[in-house]
Amino acid sequence: MGLEQFKDRRVGTQNYKKLDLDHAPNCGWCQFKQVVSRTFKPELFVGLWVTFREMINALFRGQMHTTQYPLEKLPISPRYRAIHDMLRLLESGHYRCIGCGLCEKICISNCIAMETRYDENQRKEVSEYTINFGRCIFCGYCAEVCPELAIVHGQRYETASEQRASFSLFEDMLTPIDKLNLQKEYDGFGAVSPNADENIKKTPLAY
Amino acid sequence: MEATMLPEVTAGGVIIKAVLILAVISAIAGFGTYIERKVLAFMQRRLGPQHVGPYGLLQIIADGIKLFTKEDIIPQHANKLVFAVAPAITAATAFIALAAVPVFPDFTIPEWIPVLGGIFVPSIASDVNVGILFVLGMMAAGLYGPLLAGMAQANKWGILGSARTAIQFLSYEVVTGLSILAPIMMVGSLSFVDFNDGYNDNGLWLIVYQPVAFVLFLIAGYAETNRTPFDLLEHEAEIISGYVTEYSGMRWGMFFIGEYANMITIGVIASVVFLGGYNDFWIIPGWLMIIGKIAFMFFLMLWVRASWPHVRPDQLMWLCWKVLMPVAVINVVITGIVMMV
Repeated sequence: MGLEQFKDRRVGTQNYKKLDLDHAPNCGWCQFKQVVSRTFKPELFVGLWVTFREMINALFRGQMHTTQYPLEKLPISPRYRAIHDMLRLLESGHYRCIGCGLCEKICISNCIAMETRYDENQRKEVSEYTINFGRCIFCGYCAEVCPELAIVHGQRYETASEQRASFSLFEDMLTPIDKLNLQKEYDGFGAVSPNADENIKKTPLAY
Repeated sequence: MEATMLPEVTAGGVIIKAVLILAVISAIAGFGTYIERKVLAFMQRRLGPQHVGPYGLLQIIADGIKLFTKEDIIPQHANKLVFAVAPAITAATAFIALAAVPVFPDFTIPEWIPVLGGIFVPSIASDVNVGILFVLGMMAAGLYGPLLAGMAQANKWGILGSARTAIQFLSYEVVTGLSILAPIMMVGSLSFVDFNDGYNDNGLWLIVYQPVAFVLFLIAGYAETNRTPFDLLEHEAEIISGYVTEYSGMRWGMFFIGEYANMITIGVIASVVFLGGYNDFWIIPGWLMIIGKIAFMFFLMLWVRASWPHVRPDQLMWLCWKVLMPVAVINVVITGIVMMV
């Protein structure tokens, strides 16, 4: 198809393929025939079979769709931006944050507050680090700008609590030292969710 | 005849039967809501009520608590008396209709049970010899429930709902009556017990002789119990909730107890008239057969609800007067000719 033809906007003059719609009955006898054929076509029973089949599938073939949410959870995409995690170095167990302050600088809602000082080894140490989750918009800039991959977004999306402070302290976000072996790296932008393979299915045209 | 062989029906037996019916049916009517939610859920591959009791079995109690403790609102401009009475009409007529319907076969309470031992409990609370007319008439009187409820509540959706009640129930009364007329002609009696015993001997269910009447009766029964292909009285997409728009709490619940009781009544009539009633079948005892048949009829209503879409009101009227009624009349005429010849 040439561009000229494609840009032709005179709607109605082109050769459209018309839908075959002129089957409406036009006499009493034709209407009666239509009624009879529709009455005795087993279409209604096909409908009954479809629902019954789905019931069998759900009950006996393990195709129940319901996720009983608080009891079972669907895997979440690694790109999801929930409450932040502060990661540790795997070798030493020390926290990765070097106190550079980039996250505090880049935060567009000014919700990160940190204070640093030199410790006895003249290394920078984070003395205060809080995120005000009343202000945080979960934009993810802090995680993106962090040169050490120290602050990342975790997967804790159940953030209802009595106090926002329950999530916001450095120690709360830091990986517990005894769970260091369970610490996960950020998979990177473009990462697919862990159950992506299961979610792939054929387009359901075969009904 | 057999009737002389049976023990005498005493007042005690009838009262026990009435209490049985009231207790069992109202329990089942409430439980039916649970069954309906569960079956519809399964057919959509959901789990349904799940958390109250094992498998959500106690959901009905939670619903009951909710209904009883809800505020009972009567709209400002409603006709208060009629508004209050209408749900009772629906529930009462549904249960009165069950008085002449045989549920379970006859039995005698064993002697070892104190006080009640030895009392003969009949299959039917009152075996009036026009049983079938009584039941159909009582279900027709149930029309006043939705009709008055819709008109009393000073709400346009209610008015529309009651208008639809009038056309739907009145029209489908005709089909119900005509469709069941052919079996009545074959059995020659209006008593449900005669229907049950009539075809005991040759063992063939009446549906074998009257398949058309059975289908017509089912369609009309669904229309009269306001079940899905024909639930225009409270079709949410069009008229909010129709006649129950302004109802809340237990008054609303009474409409639904009435509706579920009516579903059971239709199921019992279909089972007794067309499907061989509570006769023993092979090695299966009669009481189990009737329970199975009623359960299947009930399940069929839910199944249909899960599968089929609504019809429009004009399609409903068209179906009734231009298709079902002529077919019913033709069926009656053919039945008559076959019986004469």
